[in-house]
Amino acid sequence: MEYFLQQLINGLTLGAIYGLIAIGYTMVYGIIRMINFAHGEIYMLGAFISLIAFLVSTLLGGTSVALGLLAALVSTMVLTALYGWAVERVAYRPLRNAPKLAPLISAIGMSIVLQNFSQLTQGARVKPLPPLFKGGIELMHGETFSVNLSYLQMTIMALTVVLMMVFTWVITRTSLGRAQRATEQDMKMAALLGVNTDRIISATFVMGATLASVAGLMVTLYYGVIDFYIGFLAGIKAFTAAVLGGIGSLPGAMLGGLLIGLIEAFWSGYFSIEYKDVAAFSILVLVLLFRPTGLLGRPEVEKI
Amino acid sequence: MAGAALKAALKDGILGAVVAAALALPMLGFRLVDSASALTLATRFDWVAWAAAIVGLGRFALCLLRQSVPADRVPMMPDLGARFPKARLMVGWALAGFALVLPFLPFADRSLVDKATMVLIYVMLGWGLNIVVGLAGLLDLGFVAFYAVGAYSYALLATKLDLSFWLCLPMAGLFAASFGILLGFPVLRLRGDYLAIVTLGFGEIIRVILQNWVDFTNGPNGISGIPRPTLFGLQFTANAPEGKTTFADYFGLDFSGEHRVIFLYFVILALALLTNLFTLRIRRLPIGRAWEALREDEIACRSLGLNPTMIKLSAFATGAMFAGFAGSFFATRQGFISPESFTFIESAVILAIVVLGGMGSQIGVVLAALLLVGLPEWFRELQQYRMLAFGGTMVLIMLWKPSGLLSHRAPTIRLGKGAPS
Repeated sequence: MEYFLQQLINGLTLGAIYGLIAIGYTMVYGIIRMINFAHGEIYMLGAFISLIAFLVSTLLGGTSVALGLLAALVSTMVLTALYGWAVERVAYRPLRNAPKLAPLISAIGMSIVLQNFSQLTQGARVKPLPPLFKGGIELMHGETFSVNLSYLQMTIMALTVVLMMVFTWVITRTSLGRAQRATEQDMKMAALLGVNTDRIISATFVMGATLASVAGLMVTLYYGVIDFYIGFLAGIKAFTAAVLGGIGSLPGAMLGGLLIGLIEAFWSGYFSIEYKDVAAFSILVLVLLFRPTGLLGRPEVEKI
Repeated sequence: MAGAALKAALKDGILGAVVAAALALPMLGFRLVDSASALTLATRFDWVAWAAAIVGLGRFALCLLRQSVPADRVPMMPDLGARFPKARLMVGWALAGFALVLPFLPFADRSLVDKATMVLIYVMLGWGLNIVVGLAGLLDLGFVAFYAVGAYSYALLATKLDLSFWLCLPMAGLFAASFGILLGFPVLRLRGDYLAIVTLGFGEIIRVILQNWVDFTNGPNGISGIPRPTLFGLQFTANAPEGKTTFADYFGLDFSGEHRVIFLYFVILALALLTNLFTLRIRRLPIGRAWEALREDEIACRSLGLNPTMIKLSAFATGAMFAGFAGSFFATRQGFISPESFTFIESAVILAIVVLGGMGSQIGVVLAALLLVGLPEWFRELQQYRMLAFGGTMVLIMLWKPSGLLSHRAPTIRLGKGAPS
């Protein structure tokens, strides 16, 4: 029971991180029907930038860890969002009317470029960061095993909830969100009605990159090590999460992220840690077989 | 007019420089240094200045260039394929002829033949994937899984059961094809991008299994000592083992390591040409027509009584079979395989070869393979920049020619500029 609870907590933390990345995939896919392969790399860049920003803020004389983290969070969000914007502007916008596979190949190319860019500029070795948040609460004390909820895990979950609330508010209550939903439903019609669709798509990439950068910061703190290769696997899993939840659906992305995180945590807790990736993908195949549009996705109606 | 153009270009250039500086600041401006005690930072702000200057000047020049040349007169590569349909055939024969005599040309040394072998492996993989992506229109991001299945089937059969390459080759193809059917059967009901992500997942699953099933595959250490192929029992070694003859002895030649390199080259050339011939012929058969019809319109296919699942499955299995052949050749050429050789990046490279070449175009695949695999082989010294340049090339070619270098078919209808599709 204690062990189960601990895995649940670990899984939810991991799932929150996947969910934040998955939202970027699902939004971009919803609007331009394209798998943004470079999104995982954006998250990786977010992790690097947050680490650098945190170190810079300590160098500048910040003694308070919390203040330093806040500064790192804000600057990471801004700079990573700029990366997201630049990638869209350079590699995807010129291909808006191109054959369907062209943006996909361009995205894969961009992801290779970004990965090697950070390998070349920051070196291939794993970057460690000593744990900044120590301690936690002991939720349950068993005879052999006690359940811990660390302050860091609490911060990650709280931050995710706050971000989700802000994000939902933007999508459902602001004019930008309305334009985004309109563009998602019918880009041509939205353009005819005076929505600047190019700008909306840019905004979508910026928002996705912002959320991914927060995920990057969380991972840096949570695992304490990052390298240039983390974007690939996290990217695939987040995309899997987006598909699992129903691509195009925002609550679906979060739900899918949580599910993937839980599956991974329980699988590595109870079966074998080596095959945790296999478990996540197998579940994906099963879900797609029985619900081809994901858990919360709308069924696609085909018009002839 | 000229002043306004200059002003606009200047504005564009400055904006580009500012964005580049902001992008470069964290990643180029600071470098994480891990010393013994803790992680520290080193600065190199001169790099940021360089990046900003290069991007700014580049944007400025590009903007001026665009204004001086009207949009419809931007130099483009003419669509040679459409203009000279006969030329395509002749180029094909010429390339095949050149490939046949390549090892005997005066400038062909061992390393060149080796590189050509590498390129041909990718050409064959590209042609194999072309059946799946180019003809049947199924997006497969895990093609490398079948390549891995082929390679491991040969390696395991040869090292554990002591079977010869020529016996294992068809078996490896069959194994890979049955894996294709195994995967395809459940997932081929999915469409487009769902299929893509599932195949990607499948590719990763195969790699993870190869890596962790240590008893069977020897895990991350891989399999070494994979036997080399023989020519009707003739060995390509200096001294033949008991009861065998070497190639050099049989033909009365002096032993040379080059014989094997050239032999391997011809094996892969033959395999690749076989793939090509198969594709060209099957296109004219009902099943090939059905693949192309399915790519164009699945609903129309269904209403004409074709069974989409069976058609997709056959395309998937056929593509997988050729990947299996290529895989077992790869294993015998390297003599050593490990899961490292079968990462997602390989799938991406193969898919890029097909798409960059122009989907469905056989010569396009050769061209793209030369460009993506051959060129970087020459720049091995610049190892660390190789992948950067590789990714950049992929993006640039797509921006320049979105439908591939040699697109096989012109789209029947194209929306006007600015209209979303």
